[in-house]
Amino acid sequence: MAKVIGLTGDHAIAYAAKQCDVDVVAAYPITPQTIIVERFSDYVANGEVKTEYVCVESEHSAMSACVGASTTGARVFTATSSQGLALMHEILYIASSLRCPIVMAVVNRALSAPINIHCDHSDMMGSRDCGWIQLYSENAQEAYDLTIQAFKIAEDPEILLPVTVNLDGFIISHCMEGVNVISDEEVRKFLPPRKAVYKLDPANPITIGALCFTDYYFEIKFQQEDVMKKVPAKVKEVGEEFGKITGRSYGLIETFGLEDAEVAVMCLGSTAGTARVVADKLRKSGKPVGVIKVRLYRPFPTQEIVEAVKGLKALTVLDRVATSGAPSGPLCSDVKTALYAETEKPLITNVIYGLGGRDISPENLEDIFNDALRTADVGRVDRPIKYVGVRE
Amino acid sequence: MSEAEKPGSKSLPIGGILVKPGSSIEYKTGDWRAFRPTLDEKKCTGCLICWIYCPDSAIIRKPPIVAINYEFCKGCGICANECPVKAITMVEEGA
Ligand code: SF4
Ligand code: SF4
Repeated sequence: MAKVIGLTGDHAIAYAAKQCDVDVVAAYPITPQTIIVERFSDYVANGEVKTEYVCVESEHSAMSACVGASTTGARVFTATSSQGLALMHEILYIASSLRCPIVMAVVNRALSAPINIHCDHSDMMGSRDCGWIQLYSENAQEAYDLTIQAFKIAEDPEILLPVTVNLDGFIISHCMEGVNVISDEEVRKFLPPRKAVYKLDPANPITIGALCFTDYYFEIKFQQEDVMKKVPAKVKEVGEEFGKITGRSYGLIETFGLEDAEVAVMCLGSTAGTARVVADKLRKSGKPVGVIKVRLYRPFPTQEIVEAVKGLKALTVLDRVATSGAPSGPLCSDVKTALYAETEKPLITNVIYGLGGRDISPENLEDIFNDALRTADVGRVDRPIKYVGVRE
Repeated sequence: MSEAEKPGSKSLPIGGILVKPGSSIEYKTGDWRAFRPTLDEKKCTGCLICWIYCPDSAIIRKPPIVAINYEFCKGCGICANECPVKAITMVEEGA
């Protein structure tokens, strides 16, 4: 039976991980992720889970222990933020290349310096090519729902890739919401215990992590490129199956008002909620605006995005990350690449916003929509990148 | 094995995992060799120092002396360096 309980985003994720019967958690605390592992350690201490909880001395060790545990066939979960994710960087590649279906919550936080604990996406974007499936949630409900789905996607024998569930630091991680949770029984039915395809087992010895030179490395990396192509369909399938139990179906992207929109804003994470509220208001005053929220960021849902932007005159892509020296932010670069071969495509503007937790207000978003409408009107992009909310 | 005979990404186990034990015997590291240790059987005293030192177990005992297994010898030259009577000389491959 489903019930609604008050949970912060972090607590919702810990609750989901508990229901997923995780075998091993190896984690190191870092704000704003700490509550996840704190709550989870409560479950362990209270005997509510049978999880092996490994206290490690750093995030580098946390991810290393997760990889080791995953290769034995265990269901493995961890969580991190910012500098912690940066410290894991090299092991992230090992986890994906060794095809360890680890699930990790990444509570998005700015990278130092200057030191800052608040939200932006520079942590995950710094590791965006690490071969992990990357999901972004808009609120605590999605963070809960996506965590349960993440294990099912990751552990599918057709996939076997690690997954990050991203949630905006403080905005989602620390705000309490009413979250619809399903029963332990329903989670267990949706997500049976992991059946490892290959695992370290003394009775059937195998080697994981052997040296692989010029004659085989490329083939092994190509396997990863290849399997990524199967991920969008799997994410959709799992999202729909989850919908059958909960009434909350999930796709790769989520759109609002696109049926008749002439301009749209595209973003990741919690900003989508604000954008939708503002778009709704503008639509009521007759402005043809819409919103595209990208839920699956890696692999990039190229096909869905090509379809979604059809008919739009202007598109503004919001990036909550600074990519100093790049032609545009990462989401915008991906969108432009995805649309390159299309003959008809919208005029694209990039907005960099919200660094280090700088708030993006409904007024900011209204300006962004109005700018996009102006771009559509004049038929050209005057400023390809705009910084919103910064004092010059 | 020639390039064309090697398995491609679809037939290799995922993640470079070696699914059966003891397969290193099939990985012929002799391909790596740039210098070839050559044994002067007349000089060799059979002291087995090279046999102890060879990191690839590529020196084979052949009493009263030794022989070199070129399928696995990667040409590091340690044996030549350690041999007390200089019975092994490193010769450039193809030279
Ligand atoms: S060259 Fe190196 S690998 Fe070859 S036999 Fe001598 S010690 Fe062994
Ligand atoms: S070290 Fe020299 S002498 Fe001794 S067994 Fe090897 S080749 Fe022969």
